[in-house]
Amino acid sequence: MRLFDNANYNVMRRWKPALIVTILFVIPGLVLLGIRGLNSSIEFTGGTLFQVHANNPAVQTQSIRAALGDSGITGAEIQTFGAADEFVIRARLDPRAQVSEETTQDTERAVRAALTAAFTQEGYEIVRTEAVGPKVGGELRERAVLALVMGFGATFLVLWLRYEWRFGLAAIVATLHDIVATFAFVSYLNLEISLVVLAALLTLVGYSLNDTIVTFDRVRENVKKSKRQHFFYDVLNQSINETLPRTVLTSGTTAAATLALLIFGGSVIRPFAWVMTFGIVTGTFSSIFIASPVLLWVERRWPSEDVKVKRGIGMAAPTTA
Amino acid sequence: MFSTIRSRLIVIAVLVAWSVAWLIPRSVTVRERGPDGAMHDVVIKRVPLKLGLDLLGGIHLALEVDQSKGTVANPQDAIERALTVIRSRVDEFGVSEPLVQQVGTDRIVVELAGITDPARAKQIVERSAFLEWRMTDMKNEFRDALPAVDRALVAAGVTTGAAAPSQPSTIQQLLGTDTAAAAGDTVTPDTASAANQPSPLGSLLFSYGGRPGEFLVPEEDFPRVDSLIRLPEVESGIPRGLQLVWGSEPISQGARSYRPLYAVERRPVLTGDQLQDAKAQIDPTSKQAIVTFTLTRAGGRRFAQETRQHVGDNMAIMLDGRVQRQPPVIRSEIGRNGQIELGNSSLQEAQDLALVLRAGALPAPLQIVEERTIGPSLGRDSIREGTVAGLLAGVLVIVIMIAYYRFAGLLAVSALGFYALFTLGGLASFDATLTLPGMAGFVLSLGMAVDANVLIFERIREELKLNKTPRVAVDAGFQHAMPAIIDANVTTVITAAFLFQFGTGPVKGFAVTLIMGIFASVITAVFVTKTFFLIWLQRRGPTKELTI
Repeated sequence: MRLFDNANYNVMRRWKPALIVTILFVIPGLVLLGIRGLNSSIEFTGGTLFQVHANNPAVQTQSIRAALGDSGITGAEIQTFGAADEFVIRARLDPRAQVSEETTQDTERAVRAALTAAFTQEGYEIVRTEAVGPKVGGELRERAVLALVMGFGATFLVLWLRYEWRFGLAAIVATLHDIVATFAFVSYLNLEISLVVLAALLTLVGYSLNDTIVTFDRVRENVKKSKRQHFFYDVLNQSINETLPRTVLTSGTTAAATLALLIFGGSVIRPFAWVMTFGIVTGTFSSIFIASPVLLWVERRWPSEDVKVKRGIGMAAPTTA
Repeated sequence: MFSTIRSRLIVIAVLVAWSVAWLIPRSVTVRERGPDGAMHDVVIKRVPLKLGLDLLGGIHLALEVDQSKGTVANPQDAIERALTVIRSRVDEFGVSEPLVQQVGTDRIVVELAGITDPARAKQIVERSAFLEWRMTDMKNEFRDALPAVDRALVAAGVTTGAAAPSQPSTIQQLLGTDTAAAAGDTVTPDTASAANQPSPLGSLLFSYGGRPGEFLVPEEDFPRVDSLIRLPEVESGIPRGLQLVWGSEPISQGARSYRPLYAVERRPVLTGDQLQDAKAQIDPTSKQAIVTFTLTRAGGRRFAQETRQHVGDNMAIMLDGRVQRQPPVIRSEIGRNGQIELGNSSLQEAQDLALVLRAGALPAPLQIVEERTIGPSLGRDSIREGTVAGLLAGVLVIVIMIAYYRFAGLLAVSALGFYALFTLGGLASFDATLTLPGMAGFVLSLGMAVDANVLIFERIREELKLNKTPRVAVDAGFQHAMPAIIDANVTTVITAAFLFQFGTGPVKGFAVTLIMGIFASVITAVFVTKTFFLIWLQRRGPTKELTI
C-alpha cells in the first residue's frame, strides 16, 4: 500500500490558513481558561477526593450533595465518573484559608460519616480516596513545575546543541504551539490537571518534536544535496512531502493506541488518553504547518551561511509565501 | 560489529533468553496472616513484575511528626525511631511485601498493597500507642482549686455560657440520686452565691459516684470546656503535679451522654515501654474485649511497689493522652500481669491495640500528610481495561503495518513481539513497578515503537525507487534512517528522565516504561528487524523482489 507516495503538495503556501486555524482554536480556549481557571487536581491544591461506587440507585449526584450538605460539608464538587453509578467527590482546600494537615483527614472522616448516614454502609463503596495535605500539595505543585521547566529546558538544550540555532528555534516555536494548543484543548474539555496529565503533556512534546526532527533531518540532508538554483522554500516543501508517508503512518499507529486507551482504558486513565490523542493531532499539525514556515521565516531574517552562500540556495519562494 | 547472521541470531537469542528469564514465574516468600490469626511464611509463584498500588489496590500513607500540639525536640531522631516502630507493626499486621521507608529527613512513606480495610491499616500505622498508668487526683485538689480558677477566668473576661445556669437542675433530674451531693460536688462550695458568682468552668463540670478526680461534661459542652482548659488562666490554676485529661469515650447517663474529664497526676506510675507482651482476649465474665499485658521484670517490680502504696486509690490507664475507661480502684498489689478494659470495642480492635502495644509506642505523634487508597476492585478493573486497550492497540498496529508494508510489515510486527518481550523483561530486571500510567505508557509505546521501523522502511522504499537492488536499498535505508531515529528518541528519553525524577509513584511507573520502551524499540528496529532482512536477502531467489 502507498499513501502520499510522490506527494507534492505546496504545504508552505498554506501557512496562513494554518495560522488562522491555530488562532481560532487557541484564543477561545485560553479565554475560557482565563475565566474558569485551571482545573487542578487534589494533588496540587491539597484536599480530599473520593471515588464512590453506588450499590443503590438512590445514590445520585443530587442525593450525595444533599447528604454532605446535611453534615455541613458544602462546596464539595460532585460528578459522575465514567459510569452512571460511579461518582467522584472533591473537596479542595481553599488556597486562602489557613489549614492544618489535619483538615484533609477530618474531611475524609466527615464525608464517610455523611455517606453512611444517608445511604447506609451497604449503599455505597469507596473505591478510591486521596487526601493531600497543604504541605504535600505545595510540594507536588513545585515538583510538577520543576518537571515541566526542566523537561522543556533539557529538550531545548538538546535541540540547541544538536542543531543549528535556526532549526532549534523553529522546533521550539512548534513545541510551544503544541503546549498552548493542548492547554486550550484541556480547557475546552475542562480536564483535570494532574501529574499524569502533565506526564502526557511532556510525552506529547517529545512526540511532536520527534515529528519535527524527522522533517528537519530531511531538510538538512536536502540542503546538502541541493543544487545552486534551488530555493529553500522548495527544499522545505520537498522535505515535508518526502516525510509525509512516515508522518501519516506513525501518527496512524500511535493514534490507534491512544484511541484504544481512550475507549477501553477506563475512566482513571481517560484524561491522559485525551491529552495524548490530541497531542498526536497537534504534534503532526505543528511539525507540518508551523515548524517549517517558522524555519523559512528565520532563515529569511537571519540567513545562514549554509543556506545563503555556501550552498547558494535562494531564499525567495517562487510564489510568495 | 555483528556482521554475520549467525552472530546476530546469537545476540537476539541471548536477549530473548535474558528477557524470558526475568519473566519466568518464580517462588517468592511472603509473610501472611493465616486463618488462625498467626503469621506464616507462604511461598507463592508469580511473574516477578511488581504491580503498583494503583493496580493491586492498597494504601499509600505519608507521615510526618505532628508539631501542632507541642514541639518535638528532635523530629529527625523521632522519625528514625518511628520508622522502626512502624516497620515492626506493619510486619505483624501481615501484609505481603509492605513498603516502609524514610523519604527525605522528615517523612515516612508506608505502602501496603492488597489491604481490604484501609481505615484499620491507617489506625495501626498512625496510632501513637503511648501507654501510661497514672494515679487520679485522690485528694480532690483540683476540685478545691476550681473556685480560684473560675475567678481567674472571670477576671480574664471569660463569661459563663448562656446555657450553663440551667445545667445543674438537668443533671439532678437525670441522675435522680443524691442531688445535694451532686450539686455540692460540681458547683463552687458556696452554693448560695453560685447564681451571683459566675463560674465559667465549674458550672460545666459535674461529678457523680464520688470517684475522685472524675468530672462529667455534657457532650454539647465538650468543645467549650476543651477550649477553656487550654487557657493559660486554667493551666496555671491547676494544682502542681496534676493534669486534666479527657476520657477516651463518652459515658451515657440516662438519655444523655457525657465526656469524662479526669484530674490525674503528671507523674506516670509506669509507661508502656515496660511492656513485654500484650494479648487480646474476651473477658470471660463481662464478655467484653480486653487486652492483657505482661510487664518486664523491672517494670513489674516497680508496678508492685507503687500499687502497694496506693491500695484503695484509683489508677487511670492512659492511652495516647486519653484515659481508657473509668479508672479502677486498686484492690491489692499488682505485679507483672494486668489487663486493659476496652468497653464495647470488638475483639479485632483489641487485637490491633495489642499489636501496637507489642510493637511499642511511636516516639512522637505523627500526622498523615498524604493518603491514597485504591480499592482492590478498582485495581482489578484497571488491569483488565489496560489489558484490553493494550491488546486492541496491538491488533490495530499489526493490521496497519501488514496492510501497508506487506512482507516487510510482517517483519516489523514480529519485531514488535520482541519489543514487548524486551520491554517487560527490562522492567522486571530493573525491579520497576508497573502502574496504571505505566500500562498506558506501554500501550502508547506499542503505537510509537513501530516509528523506527517506519522510518527505515520509508527509506528503503525511496532507495528502491532509485532502482537500487534490494540488498543495497536495505543497507542504505537502515544507514540513512539512523540519525533521525536517534535524534527523535533522545528528547523523549530526556523528558521521561525528568518525569521519573519529579513524579510520584504512578508517574514514575510511566516514565520507566517509556524509557524502557524507547530502548527496546530502537534495539528491535535497528538490530532485530535488520537481522530479519539479512536472512531474507540471503535466502531469496535471485530475482525475488522485496515487498515493502
